[in-house]
Amino acid sequence: MRVGLFVTCLVDLMRPRIGFAALRLLEAAGCEVVVPGTQTCCGQPGYNSGDRASARALATKMLDEFEGFEYVVAPSGSCAGMIRTHYPDLFRDEPVTLDRIRRLCAKTYELTDFLASVARLDAVPGAFDGTVTYHDSCSGLRELGVQAQPRALLARVAGLELAEMKDSTVCCGFGGTFSVKFGDVSAAMAEKKCANIAASGADAVVLGDLGCMLNIEGRLRRGGDERTRVLHVAEVLAGSESGQ
Amino acid sequence: MQPQSVHFKRRAAAGLADAQLQSNMRRFGGRFAAARAKVVGELDDFEGTRTAAAQARDRALANLDVWIERFEREATRRGATVLFAETGAEVARLVIELCRRHGVRKVAKSKSMLSEEASLNQRLEAAGVQAVETDLGEYILQLAGEPPSHIIAPAIHKSKEEVADLFERAHGRRRTLDIPQMTREAREVLRSHFLTADMGISGGNFLIAETGSVAVVTNEGNGRMVTTLPRVHVCITGIEKVLPTLEDLALVMRLLPRSATGQSISNYVTVATGVRGPGERDGPEHMYFILVDNGRTNLVGTDMQEMLRCIRCGACMNHCPVYQTIGGHAYGWVYPGPMGSVLTPSYIGLENALDLPHAATLCGECGVVCPVKIPLPELLRKLREKQVDRGLRPRSEVLAIRAWSWLAQRPRLYAAATRVAARCLRFLGGGRRMIRHLPFGGAWTKGRDMPAPEGRTFRELYARRRADSGQ
Ligand code: SF4
Repeated sequence: MRVGLFVTCLVDLMRPRIGFAALRLLEAAGCEVVVPGTQTCCGQPGYNSGDRASARALATKMLDEFEGFEYVVAPSGSCAGMIRTHYPDLFRDEPVTLDRIRRLCAKTYELTDFLASVARLDAVPGAFDGTVTYHDSCSGLRELGVQAQPRALLARVAGLELAEMKDSTVCCGFGGTFSVKFGDVSAAMAEKKCANIAASGADAVVLGDLGCMLNIEGRLRRGGDERTRVLHVAEVLAGSESGQ
Repeated sequence: MQPQSVHFKRRAAAGLADAQLQSNMRRFGGRFAAARAKVVGELDDFEGTRTAAAQARDRALANLDVWIERFEREATRRGATVLFAETGAEVARLVIELCRRHGVRKVAKSKSMLSEEASLNQRLEAAGVQAVETDLGEYILQLAGEPPSHIIAPAIHKSKEEVADLFERAHGRRRTLDIPQMTREAREVLRSHFLTADMGISGGNFLIAETGSVAVVTNEGNGRMVTTLPRVHVCITGIEKVLPTLEDLALVMRLLPRSATGQSISNYVTVATGVRGPGERDGPEHMYFILVDNGRTNLVGTDMQEMLRCIRCGACMNHCPVYQTIGGHAYGWVYPGPMGSVLTPSYIGLENALDLPHAATLCGECGVVCPVKIPLPELLRKLREKQVDRGLRPRSEVLAIRAWSWLAQRPRLYAAATRVAARCLRFLGGGRRMIRHLPFGGAWTKGRDMPAPEGRTFRELYARRRADSGQ
């Protein structure tokens, strides 16, 4: 299987190790992975801010870069969701491009969804000594139905125990530009999430989207919690969570 | 109600800072959502029922004028009078006129969000007519002089202690915190109002075109009193509330109480049809419908029309993490939460509620629970697009998004810029690898740290790795 890995702009800038973890997992699943060097951003910020032209420009770029692969995989529910559920809307008046977009949508997957549903990865390389709780990021959950897949994969991580938190499917308050437009509301929402994480007693919260990760980790640390780790599901599955 | 939605930010901050509100919200938070989750399984095919209900509402809206005419004909045939109002002010004018005509000095009201749109209580008072709210929540708020903060549980933001204080002051009886005792007290006070009111004003959950009826759904039975006891009944509701048939009503009623309060059926479902007939013992002598536009036709036939399917169940706000964090008053007009953030700008003007379409994380939960499948997140996004198209967003914001997009279309420049950014931000993170004050990002770092990046971009590391392995 020839897979195009869309690293996402936030992973590229903030957490390269998650990109490498995704790479390792895809290779473990027997994929031939290509990382197109010109990739940048999927256009979500523009789309959610009401700037369709900006979003369309970046969507066209994505299309050119990725349509040649058998599959396109991203370690992010919101970026994969942007492509799968929103790209068609951006090209609703351009039938020729829309056809190409539809084909791109059909082969675009969030990482854990791809690993569990398509590549059927049985043995995961990672090991984790402790308890984790899983936060369901909004777009992955509601746009792509990512819920059972990461849990099924985490269950195969040696030594890992999963302790569900209360309201794991409730938004952490990130919301892209929402987090700075309404910083105080966003932080208050993050605080509720942090309280649920703490109550779960887990050593780490595991999730699948960078935005939520930065939001939750930032709020935990500001609140004085230096202990609870915040990990991307790819890091835990790949066993590279200690950093490279 | 005078719209205050331009002050959303300030009002949201006030909600966050209000310890009493926060504790009340925490106590209530999730209760309706949990109740709903328990009963959706009662229907064999909840999803299919949602689809059917959405289609039924669409059928009504597709030929709204036809169904309204049919409704008018049938209602008139049964002795009611159907009036139309374009604005809230016109609603008040019509009601005052009816009060004059029928010598009305006291009005008993059951819940009507439209009367909030029309500031009806204040306007009636100014005209010398006493209006008494008889829905317990609305009654509490009338005593407190506050607007509702939720469309089906208007006083959800009040604790029982606050209510006890209000009752003690208004009723002059000994303060009690025993809820059954408190409701009995309110009942006793309200009972005499029901019996002495000359006019009953109700809202209407649905209008039934084929029979000219109004369906009123309540849990307290006050709706039934208001529509039957006083000699004049005035029903005020939006023009979009029409359903073609009673069968449609049965369909949406399978969803309304379940989505709203998690009940299989509400305590009282009234279908009121026509005036008291000859030989009948109950019912009003005069019955009026005031069907209100107040911005609704702006949506008909547009890409926002789906919003008019709304059956006012409140599920979207019960499941909205933003609403649950700031409370309903922050939204600044009659309708809070996701449905309010779509309706308010549509009714009172995009420019008068600039923040509302952005006051959502687009988490999607409202769209998942809405019984008539209104794509609320999509509609919020469309409103954002309309703001941009009409030049209503701050210039700095528009430019920032454009600059990002411009940069992201130039991979070499982008790679260089992110290289620099990764290093600068890494430096700002210090030994803790947490940024406490983000330049140009104060809104983020006021309440949170910003985790620092690792220091190199993936792109750089990947290129180096490939070079090392000689690929
Ligand atoms: S938008 Fe949907 S969920 Fe919200 S009140 Fe209306 S019908 Fe209920």
